[in-house]
Amino acid sequence: MLEDKDRIFKNLYGLHDWGLNGARTRGAWDGTKAILEKGRDWIINEVKASGLRGRGGAGFPTGLKWSFMPKQSDGRPHYLVVNADESEPGTCKDREIMRHDPHLLVEGCLIAAFAMNADTCYVYVRGEFVRERERLQAAVDQAYAAKLIGKDNLHGFPFDLVVHHGAGAYICGEETALLESLEGKKGQPRLKPPFPANVGLYGCPTTVNNVESIAVVPDILRRGAAWFAGIGRPNNTGTKLFCISGHVQKPCNVEEAMGIPLRELLDKHAGGVRGGWNNLLAVIPGGSSMPLIPAHQCDSLLMDFDGCREFKSALGTAAVIVMDKSTDIIAAMARISYFYKHESCGQCTPCREGMGWMWRVLTRMAEGRAHKREIDMLMEVTTQIEGHTICAFGDGAAWPVQGLLRHFRHEIEQRIDLYSANPHPDPVPVAAE
Amino acid sequence: MAVRRLAPPELQPTEFSFTPENLDWAKNQIVKYPEGRQQSAIIPILWRAQEQADGWLPQKAIEHVADLLGMAKIRALEVATFYTMFNLEPVGKFHVQLCGTTPCVLRGADKLIKLCHEKIGEQMHVSADGKLSWVEVECLGACVNAPVAQINVDYYEDLTPATFTKILDDLAAGKEVKPGPQIDRQLSAPVGGPTTLKTVKA
Repeated sequence: MLEDKDRIFKNLYGLHDWGLNGARTRGAWDGTKAILEKGRDWIINEVKASGLRGRGGAGFPTGLKWSFMPKQSDGRPHYLVVNADESEPGTCKDREIMRHDPHLLVEGCLIAAFAMNADTCYVYVRGEFVRERERLQAAVDQAYAAKLIGKDNLHGFPFDLVVHHGAGAYICGEETALLESLEGKKGQPRLKPPFPANVGLYGCPTTVNNVESIAVVPDILRRGAAWFAGIGRPNNTGTKLFCISGHVQKPCNVEEAMGIPLRELLDKHAGGVRGGWNNLLAVIPGGSSMPLIPAHQCDSLLMDFDGCREFKSALGTAAVIVMDKSTDIIAAMARISYFYKHESCGQCTPCREGMGWMWRVLTRMAEGRAHKREIDMLMEVTTQIEGHTICAFGDGAAWPVQGLLRHFRHEIEQRIDLYSANPHPDPVPVAAE
Repeated sequence: MAVRRLAPPELQPTEFSFTPENLDWAKNQIVKYPEGRQQSAIIPILWRAQEQADGWLPQKAIEHVADLLGMAKIRALEVATFYTMFNLEPVGKFHVQLCGTTPCVLRGADKLIKLCHEKIGEQMHVSADGKLSWVEVECLGACVNAPVAQINVDYYEDLTPATFTKILDDLAAGKEVKPGPQIDRQLSAPVGGPTTLKTVKA
């Protein structure tokens, strides 16, 4: 188990002072100037060497992403945008960072912005997080007052930080939709290329990073890349905030080492699966967009990028949604499909129309009011959505359905049999092809 | 996506303009963004307009904000109808956004949805005393404290039908209610106390 000295978010549960003094006691803002003095290349190389991969879901190497920004400005300003539009079902980690350790984020923003020569950073907080936004703004105000950030700050790098917010749209967590929203438009994703590193916010080079990715950077640089890289497995390094929700005894957030076995994670911190390990039906390891993993594969599941990939899923945001044997798995996934139907931005036809289609078919399947041939048809439709939309939302909505069909096809067939075994006045509908 | 339309004309007030304080506030928001990019401030400013208009956005308010930002009205209407936290019709003094996504349902949100139907009525229906209205929303991002409801700006977590009923009753009666977890628990730490960070003293 990870030791407390190796944990980055020392005030995860809000037991201590979130403010500047408290944060300083816990090590924040210590030697920031010295870090900046080592230069841009050193910072980016160090972040690369730490093996830090983005914590927002896709797991793209953070240092590499930073290196895509132009080295020299062509006259356009550079921007750093922090994605705090945390809305992936199951995920509630950035909320804790913003309300309990906001100074780690503010300091991380300064360092990341310096590394990319960005003089302004926007933090885009989801609209629902009103209290969290107020807390983050208070921390930003403290940092300005203490001259840690601002036009004329102690670190000699002019830097402004603006806390911005949305108003309830999951899609704004997609980086280009977020930029659209930040420009005051509907949050509809942009075609890539051009990538934000070339044409991002206001047409200027922009990097968008997740809150957790940014907030861990100061500690990585203070303690050295080797420390972070020494935790977990190669290519899956560091510590990670896990959000354990659903059918466990004690749902909670916890910071653990990457690669911790799922069972150990649940048993040590969440009191284990409700009704014991043998009562487990399936887990969704990384937020609702990731395919579920059935219980028999969970015994050897390691919670990191490669570990989840081994079972055709992904670590995503490390939001572990646990479902025990009392779960109606078809209904649970139908509800996730409804989520995607509700949150589709409506820009691409396969997604706009496909989300509602999948939800309607899954809802009927949950009742058993369907035909078995529709199972293959549903699978076919998911593959027609996946990869055929501007952004990854379509993929993220197709994968959980594919996971369901891959592992619980028998359950659907059984339910259809059960339904058709009983007399019903109306004929069973068929989905339009 | 959901179809969202403005409230019917008979519900729309005939005019809207910001109070001087809110206008000042809005101008302070605009300067946070680069010159010529004042449109960036539309979400925060629409939000303030919604607060001033008792929790919902009348058409006149959207148009007022569009004028303030020098935007075409249709662009502001697009934004107001795209983002689901902008209420396009009147809501109760306490507007309940109840999470109905899978992690909350696994912990019993379906019972709370039923309770809202019984206690308040249909979604977006305002109770007779004008105090309560509710809507089922998608993931609120507090899944380890499921089930969760947001009432106005605060989160109420780890709800049961009993505690949720009490919260709704107390709010309607004008009593104080405590946001956050409604069971004995330190925020997102496991029930019974954290399993980690016990050596951290400050």
